Amino acid sequence: MAAAAAASALVLAACGSGASTSSSSTSAPTTPSPVPSTFAPTTVRLLTHDSFALTESLLADFEARTGITVEVVTGGDAGELVNKAALTAGNPEGDVLFGVDSTLLSRALAAGVFDPYVSPAAADVPAALKAATQDAVTPVDYGDVCINVDDAWFAKKGIAIPTTLDDLTKPEYKDLLVVQNAATSSPGLAFLLATIATYGEDGYQDYWSKLRANGVKVVNGWTEAYEGEYTAGGKGSRPLVVSYASSPPAEIVYASDPKPTKPASSVMESSCYRQVEYAGVLAGTEQPEAARAVVDWLLSPEVQADVPLSMFVFPAVPGTPLPEVFTTWAATPSEPLVIDPAEIDAKRAQWVDAWDQVTLR
Amino acid sequence: MQPPPAWWFAVVPAVFLGFFFAWPLLTVLGRGLSPAGLDVLSSASTWRVVWFTLLQAVLSTVGTLVVALPAAYALHRLTVPGRRVLLALLTVPFVLPTVVVGTAFRALLPESWTGTLGAIVLAHVFFNIAVVVRVVGGLWSHLDRRYEAAAATLGASPWRVLRTVTWPLLRPAVLASAALVFLFTFTSFGVVLVLGGPTTTTLEVEIYRRTVQLFDLPGAATLAVLQLVGVLLVLVVAGRLQRRLAVRQRLARADVAPAAPRSLLDRAAVVWTAVLAVLVALPMLALLHDSLRVGDGWGLDWWGALLQDGPSTRDVPVWEPLRTSLSYAVAATVIAVVVGGLAACAIAYARRGGPLLDSASMLPLGTSAVTLGFGLLITFAARPFDLRGSWIIVPVGQALVAVPLVVRTVLPVLRAVDPRLREVAATLGSSPSRAWRTVDLPVLGRALGVSAGLAAAVSLGEFGATSFLARSDAPTLPIQIGRLLSRPGEAGVGTAAALSVVLVVVTAAVVLLAERLRRPGQAEL
Repeated sequence: MAAAAAASALVLAACGSGASTSSSSTSAPTTPSPVPSTFAPTTVRLLTHDSFALTESLLADFEARTGITVEVVTGGDAGELVNKAALTAGNPEGDVLFGVDSTLLSRALAAGVFDPYVSPAAADVPAALKAATQDAVTPVDYGDVCINVDDAWFAKKGIAIPTTLDDLTKPEYKDLLVVQNAATSSPGLAFLLATIATYGEDGYQDYWSKLRANGVKVVNGWTEAYEGEYTAGGKGSRPLVVSYASSPPAEIVYASDPKPTKPASSVMESSCYRQVEYAGVLAGTEQPEAARAVVDWLLSPEVQADVPLSMFVFPAVPGTPLPEVFTTWAATPSEPLVIDPAEIDAKRAQWVDAWDQVTLR
Repeated sequence: MQPPPAWWFAVVPAVFLGFFFAWPLLTVLGRGLSPAGLDVLSSASTWRVVWFTLLQAVLSTVGTLVVALPAAYALHRLTVPGRRVLLALLTVPFVLPTVVVGTAFRALLPESWTGTLGAIVLAHVFFNIAVVVRVVGGLWSHLDRRYEAAAATLGASPWRVLRTVTWPLLRPAVLASAALVFLFTFTSFGVVLVLGGPTTTTLEVEIYRRTVQLFDLPGAATLAVLQLVGVLLVLVVAGRLQRRLAVRQRLARADVAPAAPRSLLDRAAVVWTAVLAVLVALPMLALLHDSLRVGDGWGLDWWGALLQDGPSTRDVPVWEPLRTSLSYAVAATVIAVVVGGLAACAIAYARRGGPLLDSASMLPLGTSAVTLGFGLLITFAARPFDLRGSWIIVPVGQALVAVPLVVRTVLPVLRAVDPRLREVAATLGSSPSRAWRTVDLPVLGRALGVSAGLAAAVSLGEFGATSFLARSDAPTLPIQIGRLLSRPGEAGVGTAAALSVVLVVVTAAVVLLAERLRRPGQAEL
């Protein structure tokens, strides 16, 4: 109860309207960031996806301290962002790119999108997050795509909550799962990768044909699945949905007052697939120094502390204080599923096509 | 006496379409097209997609005609109470963003319908009723009543009059509207993605998937060419049929005064229109319902949330996206009206080449938005035309979609101008350009007013073509709605519903305003 109250208070501080202008100070430590000296006033264009968000005062603070104005340029999802960057490699639309994730990284690296740079602030970032970066980009945050479970629904029906991917093929869980199309949705692809990581290239098709026989429903996007089909998300009738490990805290943060004491969903940790988001200096930028300073800033304690409640992801730098709503309700799987980005890039089309044949035809 | 030479009007549209449509399109196709891309043509799944695209487009077109023609009749020939409001109501869906209606539609349909061909066709009918009602109604309201009266006097039943007199006179307009609906549904993206399922895929969705998910540019380029060829075929065939079926007739100058419904057919048409109005209003009422529903009760929480300006860049108060959307709408409207208006003049006055320019101005509607978007990106990436990140690229993209609609609105009006009026002016000593200014320009002005409303509405609701063009200002209304919908919990859905209602009201206001500008006796859409 006390934890819930504290969580609510924090959420109110961070997301409440109006008055609290420096609300981020509740979670942001005051340690100065490792960003180097100041620059002559200049503007760095930060290319990113539509889901990007930060506390506004952080941008202003950075500008006041360094003379660098960060112009946030959005347009489309992560896939569109990376493809646009790949098409204009060497003659970029901006100076820094943030938001290329581990399913898309190889494509960007192969196209020569980045001027290799790893922020010194990433020294303590775990090796697992830096794997496959070829020292060209810096990991900024990570998040997991996991199956979310409507606990109340299972309690009411008196059915045990499923805990493994295998469980989902059992008769008692028939017609309960909704997933996204791996061909059109980022979490949909991540969940397909989770099954490939679990059952291997030889086994995943068999698993999906069992899921299909057990009534899995496939829709095109996250919104259609979560808001449309999931029992705890809206008007749906299925209590299991592919979403994020941070969806439960997001439920609380976005809930209207009075805040619920606990989220309606929990997370099936064995289904979690890890996605890492990277930032890099774009090859061809005319101001590489300032661009690097912006990458360093993304790794700074104040930005790292801000990403959980701004974008519902975990900071890459270990030891960054997490908001209580995260420590209490977000799942942190100890061994998330992963596949090497290079392998994803090489086999994605083949995997998705095979999945399409097994699951949809 | 001649109006100014046609080529004089054609210069600006030709340069605009060449610069912002043909050049980027050819650039991106040139980059993508390669023998490797031809592989997609030998894949069975490609042809399954082509077949489904055709099937749903044909069914949607036929369905829209069947549903909308009685309403076109009732609203343009009969005295129906609240006619203007009904007309505006039936128009609003056409300009609503798919992301808004798709969600509302999903909530209304039975669950077993989601992801089916039926759901897609139903949504397409909903979106395109306006096209048929306006294009066909525009001609219908000018049909001289005396033809029908003569047939009735000679003893023909109302049904026989409809079949042997009205239908042949109306056929060109029906065909024109059918061609438009076919184009819209053949290249449909948002509706198919939101309401369709993973197995109900159109070419446009497949092009998007190949470009964005698979980065298979050769395959995407091949499919984009395939789609373009299909669209061209439809335009050419429809154009020929339209000219062959065109019946020389004396159109009434002004709207024919509507008559009270008398026959059984008349009454059925009025009842049908009323039913249709209710059905069309349902998804919008569902949005209003969702915006007021808080937990198990009712409240204004989500409307209040629209006004909040939180500390995060994510929390934008409603006026920021509203301002962004309206500024884009103003810019896109100015561009579309200038380019489309001049194109319509060129087509109307051209002695030859008119049909060619006509078809060319329609092509952007049939082009894959994602292909064109990437084309704009790589074409305008170098000096002296480095427009990336410049705000102007967004309204330019929106204007490309609106230009064909402006042409369609203005062209019939220009064609209806009696050339004898210009001759009279010339006889009285006017120069050709002075004659044009005094005779054509006033009529043109009002038609341009109507088309401006339409162009603004298209820009307000536009989501697909320009959503991935980079920009650094606040999101547009449809993009902000999409963002809100991606938040778990009822607050996201509720606030998105409230913002959708704002968008519906703004759009409806623009359409109604344009209605007021329309002088009686002028052709529509």
